Amino acid sequence: MAKDEFKEFRLVGTRPDRPDGLDKVTGRARYGADISAPGMLWGAVVRSPHAHARIVSIDTSRAEALEGVKAVVTRADFPTGLTGEDWDLQENTMAGERALYDGHAVAAVAATSKLRAEEAARLIDVTYEVLPHVIDVDDAIKPDAPVIREGAADATVPEGMPPNVVRYMEFGHGNVEAGFAEADLVREGHYKTEATHQGYIEPHACLGQLGGDGKGEMWVCTQGQWFIRKMCAGVLGLDAAQLRVTPSEIGGGFGGKTTIFMEPLSLALSRKAGGKPVKIVMTRSEVLRATGPTASASMDVRIGMKKDGTLTAARAEFRMQGGAFPGSPVDMALYCAFAPYKLDHVAHVGYDVLANRPKCAAYRAPGSPMGAFAVESLIDEMCRELGLDPMEVRLKNAVREGDRASYGPKFASIGLVETLEATRAHPNLAEPLGPNQGRGVASGYWFNHNGETSVSLAISEDGTAQVSIGTPDIGGSRASIALMTAETLGIPYEDVRVNVVETGALGVNEPTHGSRATFASGKAAVLAAGQAITEMCRRAAAEWGIEPEAVEWVDGAAQPAGPNAGKFPPMSIAEIAGKMGETGGPISGHHESVPEGVGASFGCHVVDVEVDPETGRVTILRYLVVQDAGRAIHPAYVEGQYQGGAAQGIGWALNEAYIYDDKGRLQNPVFLDYRVPVASDLPMIDTVIVEVPNPGHPYGVRGVGETGITPPLPAIANAIQDATGARLRALPMNPPAVLAALKAARGA
Amino acid sequence: MSKIHVTTTVNGDPVEFLADPRETLLDCLRDHLGLTGSKEGCGTGDCGACSVTLDDRLVCSCLVLGVEAEGRRVDTIEGMADADGLHPLQRKFIEHAALQCGFCTPGLLVAAKALLVQNPDPTEEEVRYGLAGNLCRCTGYDKIVRAVMDAAAEMRQEAA
Repeated sequence: MAKDEFKEFRLVGTRPDRPDGLDKVTGRARYGADISAPGMLWGAVVRSPHAHARIVSIDTSRAEALEGVKAVVTRADFPTGLTGEDWDLQENTMAGERALYDGHAVAAVAATSKLRAEEAARLIDVTYEVLPHVIDVDDAIKPDAPVIREGAADATVPEGMPPNVVRYMEFGHGNVEAGFAEADLVREGHYKTEATHQGYIEPHACLGQLGGDGKGEMWVCTQGQWFIRKMCAGVLGLDAAQLRVTPSEIGGGFGGKTTIFMEPLSLALSRKAGGKPVKIVMTRSEVLRATGPTASASMDVRIGMKKDGTLTAARAEFRMQGGAFPGSPVDMALYCAFAPYKLDHVAHVGYDVLANRPKCAAYRAPGSPMGAFAVESLIDEMCRELGLDPMEVRLKNAVREGDRASYGPKFASIGLVETLEATRAHPNLAEPLGPNQGRGVASGYWFNHNGETSVSLAISEDGTAQVSIGTPDIGGSRASIALMTAETLGIPYEDVRVNVVETGALGVNEPTHGSRATFASGKAAVLAAGQAITEMCRRAAAEWGIEPEAVEWVDGAAQPAGPNAGKFPPMSIAEIAGKMGETGGPISGHHESVPEGVGASFGCHVVDVEVDPETGRVTILRYLVVQDAGRAIHPAYVEGQYQGGAAQGIGWALNEAYIYDDKGRLQNPVFLDYRVPVASDLPMIDTVIVEVPNPGHPYGVRGVGETGITPPLPAIANAIQDATGARLRALPMNPPAVLAALKAARGA
Repeated sequence: MSKIHVTTTVNGDPVEFLADPRETLLDCLRDHLGLTGSKEGCGTGDCGACSVTLDDRLVCSCLVLGVEAEGRRVDTIEGMADADGLHPLQRKFIEHAALQCGFCTPGLLVAAKALLVQNPDPTEEEVRYGLAGNLCRCTGYDKIVRAVMDAAAEMRQEAA
């Protein structure tokens, strides 16, 4: 559909109550830990207190002797011979020869009560031989660094690299040296970001059951029930189809619930306990120590700029550790780093590095915030040095449709220029600033993933519709999919019920990740509705005795298409549905594909801060998020994504960080010390939804979930410099770090 | 450890349960009484997802022992709506899209209700400080603060 074919919609763009709202304000909604089963056991996990240690022995006898203990499992209870990601997942689920990080699971127990399981876990005696460890990414590539795993490097790593480098990449285009030679100013900077956690408020929880016949079921809070199925089956050597996985309501994920942690343990314990269901609920400390935070990064960026602000060349070299396994998002960080800029000469180099930390998982726009922190900070510094307006420089170099992206392909329809223009026009930029106050601007980018998608729609006997989707609803996607389905069918929003279903009910679906749910499940639902409409037109045509092609669907009814088709009164969806038994049976629609036509999303944030020169505390005075949504199906939940992303980015910028002691033990595994923003830390977060419709989606949707976490890191650093003259190049910018930077700036 | 018989009142109804003395009030509500609306997000009193009132005082039920409920009055999210319908805060949370994943919502609603009992006409800042003990990771709090202020305004109008 071309842009100019968009018209005013009846429902798309409105803000109805979400379908699951009532359940969620009354406490009825059932999350991961809210389900119990008859005969259920409780599981508890024994975790390594060491960052790196050889497991000499595990003595389970005292635990097994405790009354009420029904099963104990260690790595010996898992199949051997796995390779690749299956092995990584298994090794992360349950340590083998060595514990690789503080919190790594080494054994698990199931008992008749939660307290008994915890007591039994304390009775498992593990003897460790502590090994040297490494936490920091730069330390991990030093010549004398402890080696996490010999031979872990893949084929991309050239000979002679340090052994903890497991993946290496180089890409770009043009000739950066020639580009730097064209510049009036070439600057480079070194930046570091610490690991942060998604910080979803719901700890991981599951209720797993597995019989000796290899058939099992699981209730689990997850972003993707098919991922849970595939990964658990891989780790335990099961047939995927024999495991039915039902997603609970999910209490936040942000990427961290797209993989497995203790889920296979509940199944392994259940099998050993004769098939009794086993519930495992993580504590907050387990979540922070042993699930998947994001990577930490060490980054070097070099940029060339002309006096008028034109960028001539850019080079980025990023090193990221993603824990004791390959998979840090260094590739994505590099793809996004220069994405907002038209560059003829650009080069990227990336190192994926192992360290003694938990296996990182996705966290909202994985990698992009770190890269943006480095690049957007340096561009801001160069604008200051040349006396240029950072908004104008961003507009001058902004990519447009047809431009080659810094990471290779040509951009399809994008809305960066429109986003920057809307930002420049916003009244927040005209607000006066007082002493110790400053303003910072930054852009951000994230992709829109498609992924395997399967959706079924069925028309009920009364003409209402049910839609079965496979992407869990984390932030209101039931509402957006109901809106699009109702719009397409020409029926009221309230006549559509969207159900998130278990793995037995649909073909494979990727999780709610990659900003894809409203795009991919939404597009599939619209196409499924189109199939149902075709069938309803066919039924009407048969009754009227005309060709199906002579029937069109208008406002929820079949009608003859034009005067030549014949003269019949419209036949409503309720009328057609009411007699479907006599006219050919059930009416449904189905769509499955990897939907084409994803639309990337750019954003621009403007933040005003005040820096207390005595304490170094940074207060957010004003915050603006401007982002291209393509088309906002339910604008309130689009705003919610923008605001939530900004708040997480603010936390990452100012406070949040994994803090390790010299033994490699996490020092802040509770919310008191891993401090995420609270209501009194933040102002209202202003939003502008830019709509440059994505031609690849029937209603123009772009994925909006992730871009919003990217700009806050550099925007706040830029604002602090504006307020104080001090430039911070490492996160978090907490009071001690800001005070040190103020002191250094005064001394300079 | 032998269990202790606890008699208490939850959402106006008399209830009894057997509590291990180590179990929290949250454990007892969820695992013995089936009231799973109160959530455990941290177990250390930092997130507020388990907020309930104990004799009208807002508490983190993860920091109260189940046996401490003896003879007291506990009110949870499950008691917030009555036969006449939702509490204005519940309605306004839906109307303002003040929830995304919804996990923090029960605790926030209980805490907001307690706040409005103490202060029926709070400023934005008072709402922000009043709810600073309840973590929400999805919304950035903007729509939550608006929903609470809107509900407060409506409740003041009804009371007038």
